[in-house]
Parts: sequence; C-alpha cells; structure tokens
Amino acid sequence: MNTVKQSADGPQAQTKPSGDTAAASDWRRYVPWGIAGLVVWWLLYRSLAPFAAWVTYTLLPLPRGSRLGAAVEFFVYDSPKVLMLLTLVVFGVGIIRSFFTPARTRQILSGKSESVGNVLAALLGTVTPFCSCSAVPLFIGFVTAGVPLGVTFSFLVSAPMVNEVALVLLFGLFGWKVAGLYLVTGLLIAMVSGWVIGRLHMEKHIEDWVFQPRRGGGTGGEEETLAWPARLRYGVDAVKDIVGRVWLYVLLGIAVGAGIHGYVPENFMAAIMGKDAWWSVPLAVLLGVPMYSNAAGIIPIVQALLGKGAALGTVLAFMMAVIGLSLPEAIILRKVLKPRLLVVFFGIVAAGIMTVGYLFNWIF
Amino acid sequence: MTIKIQILGTGCPKCKKLAENAAAAAQAAGIAYELEKVTDINRILEFDVMLTPALVVNGVVKTAGKIPSIDEIKALLA
Repeated sequence: MNTVKQSADGPQAQTKPSGDTAAASDWRRYVPWGIAGLVVWWLLYRSLAPFAAWVTYTLLPLPRGSRLGAAVEFFVYDSPKVLMLLTLVVFGVGIIRSFFTPARTRQILSGKSESVGNVLAALLGTVTPFCSCSAVPLFIGFVTAGVPLGVTFSFLVSAPMVNEVALVLLFGLFGWKVAGLYLVTGLLIAMVSGWVIGRLHMEKHIEDWVFQPRRGGGTGGEEETLAWPARLRYGVDAVKDIVGRVWLYVLLGIAVGAGIHGYVPENFMAAIMGKDAWWSVPLAVLLGVPMYSNAAGIIPIVQALLGKGAALGTVLAFMMAVIGLSLPEAIILRKVLKPRLLVVFFGIVAAGIMTVGYLFNWIF
Repeated sequence: MTIKIQILGTGCPKCKKLAENAAAAAQAAGIAYELEKVTDINRILEFDVMLTPALVVNGVVKTAGKIPSIDEIKALLA
C-alpha cells in the first residue's frame, strides 16, 4: 500500500457555519421583489416588438417592406430579446446552481444503481457548476467516492453539452421546438452514452494512479449552507460572468441572422449540408470535434450555416460536437483515462450526436 | 503571524487571476503571507476539491470554482 506523505500544511477539518434556520425563514422576504422584478421584465419584454418597429420605421425612418428595414427591425428586436432571456435564465440557473455543488451532486449519485444514476447524473450535469478545466479533479472525486463509471460519464457528457446559454439562444432564434428538442436529445445522449460505457465494464481502463490512496480530511469548502442573500449574489455573479463574456457573440450571431433575414439567402450550403446529403451529419461531427468554442461563440456560425441552406440537424450536430466534445477536453481527460476508454467515450458520444442530427433532419 | 495562502489549480488563467487577487488582498489588509500555487493534481485532490481554482487559507478550503474579489478575499483572510 502506498503511503501519502503527511505535511503540516495539509487540509484540516473545517467547522461549518450552520445557517439552516436563517436560510429557511429569509427566502420569503425576496418573493415580492422577485414577482415585481418578473413583472417589470415581462412588460419590457412585451414592448420590444413595438419598440423595434418604432425605431426602424418612425425614428430612422426606413421604408416598410424594404430589405434593410426588415434587417434592422430584426436586429433591434432580437438583440435585447435574447439578452433579456439570457439574463433571466442565467440568473435562475445561477440560483439553482448554488444548491448543487459538485460535493452534493456526488453525494446524491454515489451508491445509485446504474440506470437511475445515469438519468440523475445527466439531469444534475445541467445544474451543477462545471468547467472543463475541472474535469480531472471532478472525475477522480466522483469515481473514488463510489459513483459508477458510467454514471460519472453521463455527468461529464451532459455538463458541457446541455448548456443554458445554447438553450436560450436556440429558443430566441429558432423557437421553443428546436430548443426543447436540443434539451431532450442532449440529455438522452448523456444518459445513453453513460449507460453504454457502464455496460462495457471498462473500469480497468482508468489510469491506475486515480485510485491511489489519498489522505482525506479536506472538506472542499463547498459544504456550507448558503443564506438567500448569498444565493441571489451567486445568481448576479453568474449573470455578470456569463452575460459579460458572451454578449458580443450573441450580438454577432443576431447581426448575421439579421443579414440573412433581410437579404435572400444563397443556397450554396444546401448541396453539402442540406438534407439530401446523408454524409453531411458525420462530416459535421468530424469537423466539430477538434474545434473548441463555447456555446455562444458557435451561434453566429450556426446562424450563417442555416441561412445558407444547411439542414437544421446537421448544424445542430456540428454545434453539439463543438461544445460537447473537444480536443482540449480529450487531452485533459487522457490524464485519467487510458486511450481505449477515451476513444470509446468520444466514439459513443459522437454516435449519439449523429443520431440526433439525423433525427432533426428527419423531423424538420 | 504569517498566514499561508494556497491556490489550487492546474495552471489555468483563472488560477493566475485568483493568485493575483489573493496577493492583492493580503497586501491591502497588511497581513504577512506566504503564497503557494498547488498545481499537482494529487495534492489538489487531498483537499477534496472538485472545482478549480480553489483558495486555501492556513490549510482550510475557503472557496472553490470561483474567483472571489479582492474585498471578498480580505474577509476570508481575517
């Protein structure tokens, strides 16, 4: 057995502040403010369409029915619309995330039977804060705490791929059907691919050092019970961080969309990325895997491809491959996965994404 | 008394930012400190941290997976 060297500056047990009683009572104070905020948000949201029309045809004024008018109206309407949706959803998801630290998610998942675990892991992956740079400590933290390998993979697939920014953008630009299908199929890919990896019993393809004994005792600093002001601040921080990072890409995406909206699209993409080209879906996935971008960065490209006649399923498969699977992620995960398991993981998820691509092409 | 600040993270830009903030906070508070960047994954895991970057003060994990502001870190150092 390996012994781990002890040192004086190691982790120590942390005393937890018990804020339970305060947390239970003070959330009610925020309900009226929450309702008032939502009403204001809704009124603003509702007035965006008349506002855009007024700016375009009265303030500027552009002739009604013109290409330029249509493009400007689309941009003036869609930019604040998508940014408002994004702010609301990111804030809400931020508050939900303050309840689901990785430590709590791990606690929920450890000891769950496989099928139930895969479903839960995929769902929790969407609401647990995650960044691909934390994939290794998270993977080891899960697997060594008794979360089954396949369940861990369901989490690792769903966390980056089912993404609230992508969901909002798809809803804002293509409607609730596309957004809903993205959400449901993304979760299904995470559940099924994790389940398949679990069935393959590939535990021996995890690098050996993962299971070396470690001195425990650290608390991860995530166990404290947050009071409501802290949760609200978590939501505000999420908005500042995420909306602050992606707003430019969003505007760029909408500008591309506006250009397409106003001017008749060419259809030269239809031949290579249209519905009739069966090989376009695997090609889109193959192109997407080595690329790495966040969900917002890929949306302008999605807009452009769709506008040029590419099929929705093909474009969605491309998007999922870019944000869900990437070369940097593979390099990071190679530290804990032996090559065969890494290849199986990417292969199964890629197959799932292609299935979704074909499904969308078939439905729409 | 010198406090020991450790930054857990495998060297991503966020870790550097956290280290800068922590140093700035300690200096602003006039606290003598010693700063160490822990990049070895096994040592990070000994703290049971699953989200990086994490801030450790005198061996206790204070924050994980986020970059607190200089003012927030000042409160954690006290």
